[in-house]
Amino acid sequence: MARAVSTQRKALNTTVAWTIGLLIFFPILWTILTSFKTEAQAIASPPIFIGFDWTLENYAVVQERSNYMRFLWNSVIIAGGSTILGIIIAVPAAWSMAFVPSKRTKDILLWMLSTKMLPAVGVLYPIYLLFIQMGLLDSRAGLVVVLMLINLPIIVWMLYTYFREIPGEILEAARMDGASLREELLYILTPMAVPGIASTLLLNFILAWNEAFWTLNLTAVDAAPLTAFIASYSSPEGLFFAKLSAASTMAIAPILILGWFSQKQLVRGLTFGAVK
Amino acid sequence: MATQHSRSAARLMMAPAVILLMGWMLVPLTMTIYFSFKRYLPLRGGDLGWTGFDNYVRFVTSTAFWPSVQATLVIVGGVLVITVVLGILLAMLLDQPMWGQGVVRILVIAPFFVMPTVSALVWKNMFMDPVNGLFAHLWRFFGAEPIAWLSEASMTSIIMIVSWQWLPFATLILLTAIQSLDSEQLEAAEMDGAPLLKKFYHIILPHLGRAITIVILIQTIFLLSIFAEIFVTTGGAFGTRTLTYLIFQRVLESQNVGLGSAGGVYAIILANIVAIFLMRIVGKNLDA
Amino acid sequence: MSIKRVLGASTALTLCSAAAFAQDTTITIATVNNGDMIRMQSYTDTFTEQTGIAVEWVTLEENVLRQRVTTDITTNGGQFDIMTIGMYETPIWGANDWLIPLNDLSEDYDAEDILPAMRNGLSHDGTLYAAPFYGESSMVMYRTDLMEQAGLEMPQAPTWEFIREAAAAMDDPENDINGICLRGKAGWGEGGAFITVTGNSFGARWFDEDWTAQFDQPEWNEALTFFVNLMNDYGPEGYATNGFNENLSLFQQGKCGMWIDATVAASFVTNPTDSTVADSVGFALAPNKEGIDKRSNWLWAWALAIPAGTQKEDAAKQFIEWATSKEYIELVAANEGWANVPPGARTSLYETPEYQEVPFAAMTLESIKAADPNNPTVDPVPYVGIQFVAIPEFAGIATQVSQEFSAVYAGQQSVDEALEKAQAITTEEMEAAGY
Repeated sequence: MARAVSTQRKALNTTVAWTIGLLIFFPILWTILTSFKTEAQAIASPPIFIGFDWTLENYAVVQERSNYMRFLWNSVIIAGGSTILGIIIAVPAAWSMAFVPSKRTKDILLWMLSTKMLPAVGVLYPIYLLFIQMGLLDSRAGLVVVLMLINLPIIVWMLYTYFREIPGEILEAARMDGASLREELLYILTPMAVPGIASTLLLNFILAWNEAFWTLNLTAVDAAPLTAFIASYSSPEGLFFAKLSAASTMAIAPILILGWFSQKQLVRGLTFGAVK
Repeated sequence: MATQHSRSAARLMMAPAVILLMGWMLVPLTMTIYFSFKRYLPLRGGDLGWTGFDNYVRFVTSTAFWPSVQATLVIVGGVLVITVVLGILLAMLLDQPMWGQGVVRILVIAPFFVMPTVSALVWKNMFMDPVNGLFAHLWRFFGAEPIAWLSEASMTSIIMIVSWQWLPFATLILLTAIQSLDSEQLEAAEMDGAPLLKKFYHIILPHLGRAITIVILIQTIFLLSIFAEIFVTTGGAFGTRTLTYLIFQRVLESQNVGLGSAGGVYAIILANIVAIFLMRIVGKNLDA
Repeated sequence: MSIKRVLGASTALTLCSAAAFAQDTTITIATVNNGDMIRMQSYTDTFTEQTGIAVEWVTLEENVLRQRVTTDITTNGGQFDIMTIGMYETPIWGANDWLIPLNDLSEDYDAEDILPAMRNGLSHDGTLYAAPFYGESSMVMYRTDLMEQAGLEMPQAPTWEFIREAAAAMDDPENDINGICLRGKAGWGEGGAFITVTGNSFGARWFDEDWTAQFDQPEWNEALTFFVNLMNDYGPEGYATNGFNENLSLFQQGKCGMWIDATVAASFVTNPTDSTVADSVGFALAPNKEGIDKRSNWLWAWALAIPAGTQKEDAAKQFIEWATSKEYIELVAANEGWANVPPGARTSLYETPEYQEVPFAAMTLESIKAADPNNPTVDPVPYVGIQFVAIPEFAGIATQVSQEFSAVYAGQQSVDEALEKAQAITTEEMEAAGY
């Protein structure tokens, strides 16, 4: 940031940006705050912001009712597994699209994206029947595959745009030096694309973590992730704002924390080729 | 650089992804098309034989069909406009020098990490509830009659919720694009004393063109199939039944898989119309 | 070796074998996230200790649960050993042989003790397919203090006209009190159920004997118009999105003069820990229109059923016998008081002296007895069911119809428009189903 600005201007920017930032973040903040209230305080009129008796009761109730760790672990495995598997399959595809483009490359890329447009609910019965046949219902493996397929087009596309930014001359030079294709991929391309791969990884982890149709409909117990966990708190009888908030906080906290720690990578890499 | 050797290698490397996606597309698609020509009612014993184009005709002549297409387009369009416009403004703001830029950025992108189900639940209950919601409290504080958001302003509410989720994504992509803008260019413009609006139209907006198309493309793909937000908030009532939701009603609520499958085929057609339309634009931009 | 050690060793051995057995048999139960079900989960350990059968719970919100179990049962997915279903699903699924008949339950279980109304509703062709965990009808719950202030007295069996009069008298916007709270939320089990029973009490019906939709008949117009006027005048803001839960919390917060809803709500609104009006709630039969001898009370049960695809039929039966037994009721009564036991399932419960002292017990039983699924309304109908029509297409149709009605409640269309659309939707869907 080389541009010189007056302190006054900077102060103004800061105020406006913080106000907007807090406004956007507020629903999450409010959920977190509410999760520490009692049910009565959660609906108190006028609403109480900070000055309530902080309690962990809601978390205790949620923990007692459902095995949070199992849901969490399933979410990690499914989101992580599908992302990693997706990257492994996508890297070679993206490489060949970026460095050995043919006339059809762009068509293939766009076709891949268009597979994402099939409405999931329309194929619930076919997929459910297939899963029964293959014994994949309520298995993490089944979900890993489905979520990988759902996100694969995005992964391929993201990687493609990163690879394209790598100058071809470097690869040519490597080939002159007698590097094999494998070496080229492994020692030259991948290190250069690490920031891109990292942000692809992150984005798709988030997308897989938040996927709520297949993860809910193809699981029961063993593979049920946090999306199923939240479905048991969505509208129970009686007052529930505080318990809902606690469950919501537990469902989003892991990904929120991960996102915050890695936001630099995400921000740097999330371009989809928008920046040349 | 494309030798014959590397060309075949390239094909080989692309194969797994292409074959998998082909399978993922073809298997359900074939099954959907198959079912769409069947009278398939799971609660009445399943497959009751072929029925020709009956399901297609019935789906499209249903009173719910055109309103649902319209609802889909309104939601997608509304969210796109809001996220792109606010995204540009927000990205320009975040690009300015300020204290605590990192923290602000974290605050702004946070909604993107929230599960759609959770965000719909939180908005519906804790903000839009006409009695105990925060908005109701706010309205009453200013002496106004609270709004029953999800019934009286159902579309607005859903567009608001979805926009909140997708604004961070748009902002991030636009921000990286703005940051790549040559600051010398901008400074030159500033020296010239170009007014802000002019600067925006002639320098910033053209530069963002590509980023905006990408935001639109990616978001459209996801927005065409939004489901959880509607399921949790209005359940398709008050004119918020999108095409995806209509198919859900046919398949799961009415338990008419044949009819729902025909709807699925229409949805694919609609998605492809939108896609072709988009790709015309994006394709042009991707060449650049 | 001392006796103590022998005892210790053998206990350990027993525990080991019990644990090993438990690992062998784990049943998976899909259930709804209602208060009574969640309470049952907390007693599961007792069951596991007694039988060595471990239990995995899949607790889902009602709509998600329906979607999940229906997909699984129709495709024979075999994901669950017990499913929590209602009176609507049971006869349809039973007729398809998707459920295991429960006609061989043990002597101790005393299936004859299940309330006849519930047993009928959960049977197909006289065979019981699901055991009721709790049953309900609907009734009027009202604030005795506000009633007194208004100078009115609630009759045992009020009419809609009286309800309107009372709502007008109790309505007090200044103090944030609505005369009446009723369900307006779209969904066949929510507002759809309520408007259907309201229709019944005005003499309206879903279908005539030839399965022709009846929304073009004057009875429907009268019922819907009455409901809309009543709620617009004395109902809460945004009632078009209020369902059972929303109204429950409004009533508990003291914001409703009257509430007509499920009898199970009685134990929530009289529970002092959750309800601010716990000691001033009165009960009356659901209303009817003057001169119509059908009341607007429904009949429902949440019941446990075993899908035919299960591998663990015996264990599942054991669980059902435990969860819907007299002993379970006593277990809950001993720990949480009689007011909190699952109501409406067993005759013997209503003969228990301690339970008869519970303020809402008598009215609940009377409401359940007043409900007749075979003759839900004045004119004859070809269907079974009071707030629903027990055909597979109903859930889909009624959800869409109730969405049109909710749009009336939200002021987005007129009664006439909604009824016209309802007629069209119903006719359309019935044609698609081949009627």
